[in-house]
Amino acid sequence: MTTTAERPQVATATGVQRLTMAKAITEGLRKAMADDPTVLVMGEDVGRLGGVFRVTDGLLAQFGERRVVDTPLAESGIVGTAIGLALRGYRPVCEIQFDGFVFPAFDQITTQLAKMRYRSRGRFELPVVIRIPYGGGIGAVEHHSESPEVLFAHTAGLRVVSPSSPADANRMIRAAIASPDPVLFFEPKVRYWGKGDVDLDASPDEGSVLDSARVVRAGVDVTLVAYGPTVATALAAAESAAASGTSIEVVDLRALSPLDASTVAASVRKTGRCVVVHEAPVLYGSGAEVAARITEECFYHLQAPVLRVGGFHTPYPVAKLEHDYLPSLDRVLDAVDRSLGF
Amino acid sequence: MPASPLGPLSEEGLVRLLTPAGERVPDAAYDEYASDLDPARLRAFYRDMVLTRRFDAEATALQRQGELALWPPTLGQEAAQVGSAHALATQDYVFPSYREHGVAHVRHVDLVDVLRLFRGVDHGGWDAAAHGFHLYTVVVGAQPLHAVGYAMGVQLDGLVGTGDPARDTAVVTYFGDGATSEGDVNEALIFAAVNRAPVVFFCQNNQWAISAPTTRQAAAPIADRAPGFGIPSVRVDGNDVVACYAVTAAALERARSGGGPTFIEALTYRMGPHTTSDDPSRYREREQEEFWRLRDPIDRLRVHLDRAGELAEVFQAELADESDALAERVRAEGRAMGKPPTVSMFEHVYATPHAVVDAEREWFAGYEASFVDAEGSGR
Repeated sequence: MTTTAERPQVATATGVQRLTMAKAITEGLRKAMADDPTVLVMGEDVGRLGGVFRVTDGLLAQFGERRVVDTPLAESGIVGTAIGLALRGYRPVCEIQFDGFVFPAFDQITTQLAKMRYRSRGRFELPVVIRIPYGGGIGAVEHHSESPEVLFAHTAGLRVVSPSSPADANRMIRAAIASPDPVLFFEPKVRYWGKGDVDLDASPDEGSVLDSARVVRAGVDVTLVAYGPTVATALAAAESAAASGTSIEVVDLRALSPLDASTVAASVRKTGRCVVVHEAPVLYGSGAEVAARITEECFYHLQAPVLRVGGFHTPYPVAKLEHDYLPSLDRVLDAVDRSLGF
Repeated sequence: MPASPLGPLSEEGLVRLLTPAGERVPDAAYDEYASDLDPARLRAFYRDMVLTRRFDAEATALQRQGELALWPPTLGQEAAQVGSAHALATQDYVFPSYREHGVAHVRHVDLVDVLRLFRGVDHGGWDAAAHGFHLYTVVVGAQPLHAVGYAMGVQLDGLVGTGDPARDTAVVTYFGDGATSEGDVNEALIFAAVNRAPVVFFCQNNQWAISAPTTRQAAAPIADRAPGFGIPSVRVDGNDVVACYAVTAAALERARSGGGPTFIEALTYRMGPHTTSDDPSRYREREQEEFWRLRDPIDRLRVHLDRAGELAEVFQAELADESDALAERVRAEGRAMGKPPTVSMFEHVYATPHAVVDAEREWFAGYEASFVDAEGSGR
């Protein structure tokens, strides 16, 4: 497989660095590509431009156009050819430019990518990663602010994850690339430019970052469940509530498939109250799944029904209204108050 | 000869090396690609076509008897499939749709295994990598993109244009006239063209997409589209096994040597229904079926070989016996395919543990076990 591939002089960053989430993902991609010559990056404008969010910036110069592929403008084609490349032994990392543009690839992802291993009774592995910048709050025009993650979490055969911090983003992208399963990697674009300490040498395997939720703030009164862009909102709510004497525990799901319900349940058994926060519409959303599972697993511990804060059953609204649509700090605190009122 | 019912899909420009009457005619462009077809190889083609048809007839019968959920007959398309498949090298890889039983057979897939999908015991049925023949794709038009991606991988592997016929590798994808209306097929042509991928697009225009004639998919010959993508194309008589072999051999040689993709439109006819659930009498005329019955691809080669004195009685008798034996085995082994263990439903969803699937499997095992306990203790 490496017979004719150039083996460039590979420089990868090491140690603990303070990076934006976007840069943390870049460094994760760089390390994965340096470590494994079968890893490819492909998508629209990922080469010379470095992607519209610059997440693939510098990779073309380092790894060449055989491994950093500017594709035609066709999302189904990107995923469909990535499936073929994976069948030939490669590990493609596809970039879908924006959440709202994944739908042309929906068929390839759900009918082909998700099921090929199953159909082959385990003979094929499909180590394809599909990176999707998602979510709102950036003042964009329509189709650039959506949260379609549950559509994929509903499909067996796919892993669906979303990081909330630069450190997790770096480890999770490397774990996603190493995974033998297809991974939908949802990047919260509103958090791309937030910085955090990233241990670039941390093992991606440690802590099962693709499989497990994580308690990011301890508390005893209410459990806030979030993932991706809403983890920061939940943490801000916890900070604010603490000032008025309410102790909030924040759980970052990290993965929607598999859903680590046991970490959430352990928290709710302690607090007795649970509020789920996500940008996607509430109707049939991941909050509904969390609520159902928590109700089943923690019924006698619950002091209040599981509440949800999320988008409404409308198309994503115009940018001037998006901050009324998105789960804001105030709406989260309102839900916390309602939970405490039971 | 009755007038062609093809309308705008004229036979003009079709590559044809064997006339419907079984006469070998010269072709300046493609004779060289058929030059290795001595009588022994043509008999091998004939054998594969006969076996494919017998298998197809048995599978259709099994469905009628309630032994299969569904069957998509390949009746009438044997020459397009067997001829093109014989042009492949061992290292090549094929991405079929769900009607390529003749190609499966030439790629040494046990035809009995092709029944598994349609009996409802497996979503696949064979070791695709071992045969260089991918699992059937039921979603119309999804597989050409996989073929192009695979071919891009072959390029990355450096296995194009090495000049070593044992290493240079090409990919073929089969699809129908209906599939050419799907966006994915058009995207596949674009990705193949801009990457100069070693892939051959083999379109069996069998003239019917269930009830829709090709004239509902195309206002001009389908092959005429490919040059617009920057891909050379050829129209071939799909009921002429010699021509199908030759044009595919030429396209594969081009792909392997680094010349890029080729689009082949093989004009043939779906002599049977779309599947056993279909009723062609609702939408097409007997007259048309009769026209194509007289152009049967197997008859054409039989007449050709017979006229040349190359179809000995002993060969025909042996082939009849072999067909009967295959039919017997298809019936017996097909009927013997039992229900897979229930727990297998939960297997191979993921390569690595997935908490939700694991929990559901465990719950279901307990649920099933609870009935065993109840029966054992109470009744």
